[in-house]
Amino acid sequence: MAIRERLSGNEAVAYAIKQINPDVMPAFPITPSTEIPQYVANYIANGKVDTEFIHVESEHSAMSAAIGASAAGARVVTATSSCGMALMWEELYVAASDRLPVVMALVNRALSGPININADHSDSMGARDAGWIQIYAESNQEVYDNFLQAYPIAEHEAVHLPVMICQDGFITSHGVENILLAEDEKVKEFVGEYCPAHYLLHEKEPMAVGPYAVSNYYMETKRGQREGMKNARRVILEVAERFERMTGRKYGFFEEYRMEDAEYVIVMIGSAAGTCKAAVDRIRKESGKKVGLLKIRVFRPFPEEELAQALRDRKAIAILDRSEMFSATSGPLGAEVRAALYGAKSQAEVVNYFYGLGGRDITVEDFEEVYTKLEELAKTHVVKDMYAYIGLRER
Amino acid sequence: MKNTVEIRWHGRGGQGAKTAALLLADVAFKTGKYVQGFPEYGPERMGAPITAYNRISGDKITIHSNIYAPDYVAVVDDGLLESIDVTQGLKKDGAVIVNTGRSREEIASQLKRYGWKGSIYTVDARKISLDALGRYYPNSPMLAAVVAVSGVVSPDEFLQEMKDSFAHKFAKKPEVIEGNMKALEMTFETLAEDKKAVKKSA
Repeated sequence: MAIRERLSGNEAVAYAIKQINPDVMPAFPITPSTEIPQYVANYIANGKVDTEFIHVESEHSAMSAAIGASAAGARVVTATSSCGMALMWEELYVAASDRLPVVMALVNRALSGPININADHSDSMGARDAGWIQIYAESNQEVYDNFLQAYPIAEHEAVHLPVMICQDGFITSHGVENILLAEDEKVKEFVGEYCPAHYLLHEKEPMAVGPYAVSNYYMETKRGQREGMKNARRVILEVAERFERMTGRKYGFFEEYRMEDAEYVIVMIGSAAGTCKAAVDRIRKESGKKVGLLKIRVFRPFPEEELAQALRDRKAIAILDRSEMFSATSGPLGAEVRAALYGAKSQAEVVNYFYGLGGRDITVEDFEEVYTKLEELAKTHVVKDMYAYIGLRER
Repeated sequence: MKNTVEIRWHGRGGQGAKTAALLLADVAFKTGKYVQGFPEYGPERMGAPITAYNRISGDKITIHSNIYAPDYVAVVDDGLLESIDVTQGLKKDGAVIVNTGRSREEIASQLKRYGWKGSIYTVDARKISLDALGRYYPNSPMLAAVVAVSGVVSPDEFLQEMKDSFAHKFAKKPEVIEGNMKALEMTFETLAEDKKAVKKSA
């Protein structure tokens, strides 16, 4: 029987870390992820885990220490947000190219400036090309569940890549909600022991990690990373299936909410998808209009084919981005989903909206308005506001 | 009780409005409800106005937005009434619960300028806390007041849950459990009288 609890998203991640008991946690505090190392430090101080906590002087050092420990053969965790992850930038790429299964709890927060502590996805979206697997959550339950699945994915011999488990700052990280926790023994069995085939401190097998690669070798390394990412597709689904057997909760690359017959669809990532679900329910109940939601869970690797399959025959689609990329056109999610639809020769009308930057709230009514616009678009085939900002204060 | 009750808390940073919202979520959770308790952070500093929220429901809650049309509003610091329209969006049949040493009539006249004509409950959390505990902790009386007015949890269940929770929280200081429980009971008593008065004036 699962344990019925109520926890904040940060508490849920810290609890998962306690159950997993990783070997090493280097971390540097930054809002809104600070509580995670704080709670883990408490578990360490109270003898609940024997994780070695490394106090570092910056996030750059936190990721460097994570890389060192992981290369040595340890199971590693760290946590950060926003500018903290920006300071890790160089090291993010090193972790991925060294094929180290580091797991990072990322509490999504806007990047400066203006300085802002609230949720948006500009930190992780900016790092989307760094070679990390990225898994996002709508609720505290999902971030807990995703975190438990992170190590079996990262450490799988066919993957060996770092994983970012993302949740929205404050909205889930500091919000308390009902949650079902798995028992310690079950988690231990599910996550398993980490026994890397190759590691730096293996005295019988001398090896180098992260040496200089001349042009003759660099490209092959990248091709290898891509292979790991490709394999991650299969492994993510296998791990999700095993997780479902343990908990009864089903996960995939994305969640389809009332999509069976949906004509008007919103595609998005993160906590506001829960608010969108309420809008879908309300519209279907009040007017019977066929609206649906596709919530992306796995953004890296990008589930292009599956997404295109799920979306291609809809009438109109709104892709909602929670970060800017200043191409002066689309956002990151918009660009990739539209590319997938183009590849599948979809005739669906598509718009790409921006919402929630720097924590701007988005309500059930805002989502209802998006669905109204989609309906109009399907009728008129005239796109009026391709890259609109939702909830923007206009003068 | 309606299936979903939404509550907005107003306080100042450091006064415990967020803690009170989390405590309410705790109690409601223990009685089998689906709960949300979450803060809204502006500039982080002691004394700045802050808002916290609760959703309490018999069904699973997926909404992750703030609350704009609450059923109840709890004000931990009556000094906020001067500068903030705490009744904004508050449902007409809802109620404001204010921690104040002033009379209900006085609060009513202050809220009139925001156009609020609905129910108002007052609780003197300072007096109750000082009488029962000898120290000022507004959370326990405010929590009891919100429970008494909203009915999200029955008073008996609430008192039992709080007793268990205090016994756990103050395992090393059992002497303060009685005072805290007394604060809750005193709040229920004053609110019972207030409820009669509100009914009469309605």
